[in-house]
Amino acid sequence: MIARSSALLIILAVAVLSMTSVIKLELVVNGLVMGSIIALGAMGLTLLYGNLKFAHIAHGDFMTIAAYLVLFIVSVPLSHLGLTAIGLGPFTFGYPLLIALPFAVSIAALAAVLLDLGIYRRLRNRGSSTVVMAMASLGVAIALRGLVQVTWGGDIQQYPRLSKLFFKLPMDVRIPPDALFIAGVALVVTISLHLLLTKTKIGKAMRATADNVDLARVTGINTEMVILWTWVIGAGLAAIAGVLLAVFQAQLLPIMGWKFLIPLFSAVILGGIGNPYGAFCGAMIVGVSAEVATQWINPTYKPVIAFAILIVVLLVRPRGIFGVRD
Amino acid sequence: MIDLLGIVDYGVGWAVVAGIYAVFTLGLNVHWGFTGLFNIGIAGFFAIGAYTSALLTTAPPSAVLFEDFVFGGDLPSRLGVFNLGIDLWFVVALLAAATACGITALAIGFLTIRLKEDYLAITTLGIAETIRLVFLNEGWLANGSRGLYNIPKYLGGLVHPAHYNYLYLIVVLLVLGCLYIAVSRAINSPWGRVLKAIREDEMTAQASGKNVVLFKLQAFVVGACIMGVGGALYAHNIRFVSPITFDPLMATFVIWAMLMVGGSGNNKGAILGSFIVWGIWAGSQFLPGFLSDPNIRLLMTGVLIVGVMLFKPGGILGEERRVSNRVT
Repeated sequence: MIARSSALLIILAVAVLSMTSVIKLELVVNGLVMGSIIALGAMGLTLLYGNLKFAHIAHGDFMTIAAYLVLFIVSVPLSHLGLTAIGLGPFTFGYPLLIALPFAVSIAALAAVLLDLGIYRRLRNRGSSTVVMAMASLGVAIALRGLVQVTWGGDIQQYPRLSKLFFKLPMDVRIPPDALFIAGVALVVTISLHLLLTKTKIGKAMRATADNVDLARVTGINTEMVILWTWVIGAGLAAIAGVLLAVFQAQLLPIMGWKFLIPLFSAVILGGIGNPYGAFCGAMIVGVSAEVATQWINPTYKPVIAFAILIVVLLVRPRGIFGVRD
Repeated sequence: MIDLLGIVDYGVGWAVVAGIYAVFTLGLNVHWGFTGLFNIGIAGFFAIGAYTSALLTTAPPSAVLFEDFVFGGDLPSRLGVFNLGIDLWFVVALLAAATACGITALAIGFLTIRLKEDYLAITTLGIAETIRLVFLNEGWLANGSRGLYNIPKYLGGLVHPAHYNYLYLIVVLLVLGCLYIAVSRAINSPWGRVLKAIREDEMTAQASGKNVVLFKLQAFVVGACIMGVGGALYAHNIRFVSPITFDPLMATFVIWAMLMVGGSGNNKGAILGSFIVWGIWAGSQFLPGFLSDPNIRLLMTGVLIVGVMLFKPGGILGEERRVSNRVT
């Protein structure tokens, strides 16, 4: 599976490179950065989709709330302690953001577990259909966004930041310095997730549950425990994605996560539901295509590109490009 | 006495909006309540309905006002004699809005209705956003972000502008009543029973020889047409539409809350839910302190949906467990 995925990714990279005479390389690079943010969200979303069998519509709003939590931690407790540094190394933000990030990730993970115990587990035990579960997550999504707007208001906010010049790379590629940080974090997290899924007991249990819940249960896997861990990982990844998105866009908006749902689900469905490697490749495809398309069309239509990819995949290959099972 | 009159005026204006939302909730009831189609892109149909009606009836663009759009149907003056003095254009506009939504739903449904339910949710979400972006970016289509602001009133010349809401309330309630009767009859017919069967168990319905895809497609189109009528009613009430009108909160989420609270699968519940939720919505601005913050409503909407699902899954009225009018 991994070999196939990476092979396809290489083919994609070659295809993209061979087209550099037509396509601005800068857009491809930006697309890969955007793709890594999408990937962080989509890998968690696909694990949740695979293990819990419903579309977690609140995923985008988990991103939003984590981004705002970091804003809060950086601008209230940390700045009271005198930690107000900005412009760490080549980046726009300071190390307080790096201190705040783990806290936001933990809070998001804890919130996800509590929501599962309070809402989703009850519905599961009642034997509710997957659509009802998705519906409940829509309610959660609305409430989370309401919470963000009540607490921080609806206006655009920013992390404390120091503007930096773009890096100039060969072949006319300019990238914002933060993009390197984002790509680095995405890479480290993706590799950690891969190790977790293949080397640890809980990771293997998670893949087994995604494959077949009943078989997993008879082999003695505590599926309820697996579900809680899936929430921890899914919400944690979403939290990181949300903070990185806020850094990359240099702004926070209550609707930022909701708007991100379309690229997220496109990546998930493109990669085959329940397959994190597929979601990673899907995210890169969605990110790069949306960015490259701006060479010809109005940039505000980027979500439409992601959506068009989704529709085409649903029609041509609803199991996704890597999906084998029904 | 003047105060009392003011309160009544306010109440009538409130009831007009609640009635329009009730139309949307009826449409959503056809989708979700009866057929189990998970549509979270109501805003898209709302927008198409409202813009269709607005574009057909608004005056052609004026260069003096720097309006960029290319088409304004100007139906009220174009119909001329055929208006019969009862502003017949309104009926034409409502039907056109319903048709436009129906065609859109047919296209979306044709592509995606045979997929799993939650795929439909994601698709409708994407469609709603796409439609909003098109209206926002394509200035030639409907004046872009500035929106359309000269949408005519139905029978506007008949009463004094200060009392117009009374007249429009009657119009809205009439339309709502017709739709209610139509939907209720349809749902109690054999056609409606098939929809419910599909909602409960698609396999069984299929095994009984029903063309599940076709029935789902029909339900999707019918619900969308109703939403189109709601959009048109909305456009001629506020008389201004712009892409901001169709943000998911006011155009999708609140309608979901209304249906869940009132009782999904029950048309009376759908209407009751609209009035209750819109009552809470409008009432909350009179609450003391931070509770009057409009953002609280968003939080409340979400909590309300989850709360109803957990503690009263059927909503206030719940579905009537009745097979048909003749068999009890």
